[in-house]
Amino acid sequence: MISASGVSWRYGASPVIDGVSVTARPGRVLGLIGPNGSGKTTLLRLLYGALRSPTGAVTVDDDPLRSLTPRESALRMAVVVQETGGETALTVAEMVLLGRGPHLSTFQRTSRDDHEIAARCLARVGATHLGPRPFSGLSGGERQRVLIARALAQQATHLLLDEPTNHLDIRYQHEVLGLVRGLGTCSVVVLHDLNLAARYCDDLVLLGSGGVAAAGPVDEVLDPVILEPVYGIGIKRLDLDGHLHLLFHPFHEEAA
Amino acid sequence: MHDVLGLRAQRRRTTFWVTVLAAGLAVTGVIAVGTGAIAIGPASVARILAHQLFGLGEVNWAPPQEAIVWQVRFPRVLLGMLVGAGLAVCGVALQAMVRNVLADPYLLGINSGASSGAAAAILFGAGAGFGQYALSASAFLGALAASLLVFLIARSGGRVTSIRLLLAGVAVGYALYATTSFLIFASGSAEGARSVIFWLLGSLGLAHWDALLLIAAAVIGGTAIYLTVSGRRLDALAVGDETAHTLGVNPDRFRIRLLVIVSLCVGVLVSAAGSIGFVGLVVPHLARRLVGAPHVRVVPVAALLGAILLVWADVIARVLLAPQEIPIGIITALLGAPFLLVLIRRLHGGTA
Repeated sequence: MISASGVSWRYGASPVIDGVSVTARPGRVLGLIGPNGSGKTTLLRLLYGALRSPTGAVTVDDDPLRSLTPRESALRMAVVVQETGGETALTVAEMVLLGRGPHLSTFQRTSRDDHEIAARCLARVGATHLGPRPFSGLSGGERQRVLIARALAQQATHLLLDEPTNHLDIRYQHEVLGLVRGLGTCSVVVLHDLNLAARYCDDLVLLGSGGVAAAGPVDEVLDPVILEPVYGIGIKRLDLDGHLHLLFHPFHEEAA
Repeated sequence: MHDVLGLRAQRRRTTFWVTVLAAGLAVTGVIAVGTGAIAIGPASVARILAHQLFGLGEVNWAPPQEAIVWQVRFPRVLLGMLVGAGLAVCGVALQAMVRNVLADPYLLGINSGASSGAAAAILFGAGAGFGQYALSASAFLGALAASLLVFLIARSGGRVTSIRLLLAGVAVGYALYATTSFLIFASGSAEGARSVIFWLLGSLGLAHWDALLLIAAAVIGGTAIYLTVSGRRLDALAVGDETAHTLGVNPDRFRIRLLVIVSLCVGVLVSAAGSIGFVGLVVPHLARRLVGAPHVRVVPVAALLGAILLVWADVIARVLLAPQEIPIGIITALLGAPFLLVLIRRLHGGTA
């Protein structure tokens, strides 16, 4: 469980996140949604400690994040960030093996077990064939899958992902999020696509203008009445075959 | 399990290259010690060194030969190996720290600081209190001052980012370069100016069995070991700060620690041998070509490669215009520049 209470962050004078509280519960996938600039990524970075909130506190399994060493924190939270490290000369397999780092002591080398874990994680994202290739030579979507494999290899108790479906084609968008959901670990995902959020998240936090505009189970948050003012676009909700779908249309079209 | 990820193949490659390079270093040492105004055969060199280092074999050579090998040439070759290895591993560390393939050990302006110190010693007798070590001590103090200055400028809010480090290094380097030039101008001594320029271009001529060689061995050895052991953390840092953080490495603290260690090491090697360019820039790339990017492999391979290259550069410097000695920095630059051009072409080729 990751829990933030009353955390804030400001870039310059303008607060992006102002006294926000969220909880990611065990075994559930929490989606962070909201328009551009609403602070989704900032909130995620506060959750894993890349940013230290001047107010409030973040706890991981009831331990304050501040009390954890970087290594302890990496054993509890694996993160897929948007930074791709495209310049690196590492191979794909070596990149995934970096995820084993937090499990190894300073003088320990990666073992056969670590190699097997890396191979399994690459297989789970359908990237085994990429193993010996240089990471910098991959396409955006391939990179994204490899970074997810690295996070899986970290075998942390929580998984945080910042727009993991960026650069992925539709099939892999669904495969990757299906994979995250299938893990059954406590996960936090920043998502742009509300339909993906609808299908693969259990709970949602909708961010808008510095704070939480709505939070709760997917079904409650993805309500056109709540979403329309935050996103500034017309939304129609359909429930088809037990799944929730959102259709979007500009407001002025409706008026015409 | 079949090696689908190519990880075991990489390990075999590393073992192969470390073995080849270690053997190459031994051969290089023996040949380099034998080369000079009085040529000594490799067999004799090997026997004398084996006797001195490990107490092996019977003494069946003339004492003057032993003096040339053990007192004159071996310290010089040893210093060459140490300086080459030190420049190479510091280059590796800096390229990871600032994530720039064109970074080299002199990026931080440390050599300019050392040059100012050396110029002050040569031209104005600074550091006379250090006796026979006046030049090295003064150069080292200059290097220390420069790194402190870079560190203070680059630091803000407890963090040292790569870009700020780059900018601070370049700025301090230029300022101290101007200081050195001013010292040369102000001294008005043509002879002194010539010595300073010679020192700037680097030389292993100061090598003796003395405290300096011992310090250089300890500091450079320690740095190489620390960087090898920190290999995984260097990998993470080289990918990015955010990535390092998520893999359990505090990028800010780690970068500061690296900065302190690398500054100390570069300070020592510049004090011992002047500023020898291109080795620290080129060797890390060669090492990565041989064994791939992980630092746990790159650091030792770069150290061996750097040691071999610098000793050969020194041999060329000694024999090319014998009995005159060419400053070694000229040789390394002549050899390094074409390589740099190839590297740039490859970077702009856009083939990843």
